[in-house]
Amino acid sequence: MTSAPPEDLFTLRRRPASDRLVDGGFRNLTIVLASFVAITLLAIFITVFQGAREAMREFGLTFITTSNWNPVDNEYGAFTAIYGTLVSSIMALVIAVPLGVGTAIFITENLIPLRWREVIGVMVELLAAIPSVVLGLWAIFVMEPFIRPFLQFLYDALGWLPFFNSPPQGPGMAPAIIILVVMVLPIITSISRDALNQVPNELRQGAYGVGSTRWVAILSVILPAAVSSIVGGVMLSLGRAMGETMAVTMIIGNSNNFSFSLLAPGNTIASMLANQFGEADGVQVSALLYAAVILMVLTFSVNIAAQWIIKKLSLKY
Amino acid sequence: MTSTTQATPATNTCLALENVSISYGSFEAVRNVHMDIPAGKVTAFIGPSGCGKSTVLRALNRMNDLIEGCSLKGRVVFDAQNIYAKEVDPVEVRRRIGMVFQKPNPFPKSIYENIAFGARINGYKGDMDELVERSLRKAFIWDETKDKLKESGNALSGGQQQRLCIARAIAVEPEVILMDEPCSALDPISTLKIEELMHELKKTFSIVIVTHNMQQAVRVSDQTAFFNAEAVEGGSGKVGYLVEFNETERIFNAPVQQATQDYVTGRFG
Repeated sequence: MTSAPPEDLFTLRRRPASDRLVDGGFRNLTIVLASFVAITLLAIFITVFQGAREAMREFGLTFITTSNWNPVDNEYGAFTAIYGTLVSSIMALVIAVPLGVGTAIFITENLIPLRWREVIGVMVELLAAIPSVVLGLWAIFVMEPFIRPFLQFLYDALGWLPFFNSPPQGPGMAPAIIILVVMVLPIITSISRDALNQVPNELRQGAYGVGSTRWVAILSVILPAAVSSIVGGVMLSLGRAMGETMAVTMIIGNSNNFSFSLLAPGNTIASMLANQFGEADGVQVSALLYAAVILMVLTFSVNIAAQWIIKKLSLKY
Repeated sequence: MTSTTQATPATNTCLALENVSISYGSFEAVRNVHMDIPAGKVTAFIGPSGCGKSTVLRALNRMNDLIEGCSLKGRVVFDAQNIYAKEVDPVEVRRRIGMVFQKPNPFPKSIYENIAFGARINGYKGDMDELVERSLRKAFIWDETKDKLKESGNALSGGQQQRLCIARAIAVEPEVILMDEPCSALDPISTLKIEELMHELKKTFSIVIVTHNMQQAVRVSDQTAFFNAEAVEGGSGKVGYLVEFNETERIFNAPVQQATQDYVTGRFG
């Protein structure tokens, strides 16, 4: 004989209305929270774009191609700042990528005892914890005087190249590039380290199993397997470098006179905004917002390119 | 090879372990292993989990070097040379003693490159296309891959990937191939294919295989080593040791040790 289960043991077989309400409410709450980010982003873009419209009408594309920045006559061209933004961030990456990826390889592959690797890893992460204004101070008072003899040597030896054809005079593009290296190094290193750690150990063993030396295994098997995330990290840090403000403003010299020389003072969009917004009015505000739009477009495209490259390069294993 | 000079196979040792103990940090995994692995045969390592059979296998081509804190005492003699001697380069050891792993691990490269990679780093000077075809044929996977050599090795099924990995191992023409539970991630049909392949391969190579599957040991191996683990007084965890090493026939039908008898008849482990 089959007996029906006692009915009072499972009291929630039918969900009460309040239970459903909580579920639905939670769903709506997450929608609100998630949209908040997107709406903020859109709102920022629209506001900045609105503010920039006056300057866009007035200067059009000549804003991008000329470097005459004269608030007295209300003439604005941001070429120096755009050039400075691109050159400083790209040069910083040229230096930081080999350093960062190299460090990541060093602390993931067992080249030195685990203890030392952990210490180096922690130190790299601590580097990211230094506030940028402190880095800027350090750049002004310690780093720049320290590297000045080397910059002077570059000028003396390679002064015939347009990139080194002015004497170093303190603040300038070169120290700004170096401070950017310091700032993006932790990002590149920690993302590369995570990427290398995610390469399955079986793949490593496979490489060593056919008789690879360590370098062959790293260069032809492990790095290619991790390259998509590494490139993604590099692109993220490019976006970071372009938008970096404080430390760069303190050391770059903030000059709107265009010069190819890396030893001369220069400007980036971010440092120009930081420097001039306080005392700007009228068309100058609009011109600065126009520059901000350009900076946002640059960083957005870098981020989108990063997503695309990660998708393209990612391997299955 | 001439058929007139028949060396007695039993005396033809390929790898000799002399009092080998292996530790991970302060934890001793395997203790005092002595064995002579014969050349030109299939030798199987069986035993319960944690008995150190995979550890011993990886010690045979210094794969344990890649594991932090792993150390070995004793000698592993290959070609009259202790492969753990200071002057021996582990990379050269691995070029002569290849390995196939538990989980198929083709490189994220094309099928062709998977084979060519090892040959290239071993300085192969011959015709690469020919070597790739020959290796894939030997591993019984040529027919399935000949039309897609440029495709990724990861596009293959698990069983095909494992045969690709075997092809990759034999492409560098090692003298010994170590197989660490090569079929444990595969379906029965793929397993059967790889077992057939092993019968073919032992004509050219010496094979050492770790397996959890006793029927597989019976089917493929000529010699079987049974490892077991026992708790040590004062120590944490169990330490593995070699119980018995003999012809497969003897191990499964007339073992000397009681523990072997219990294991092969399924009474424990």
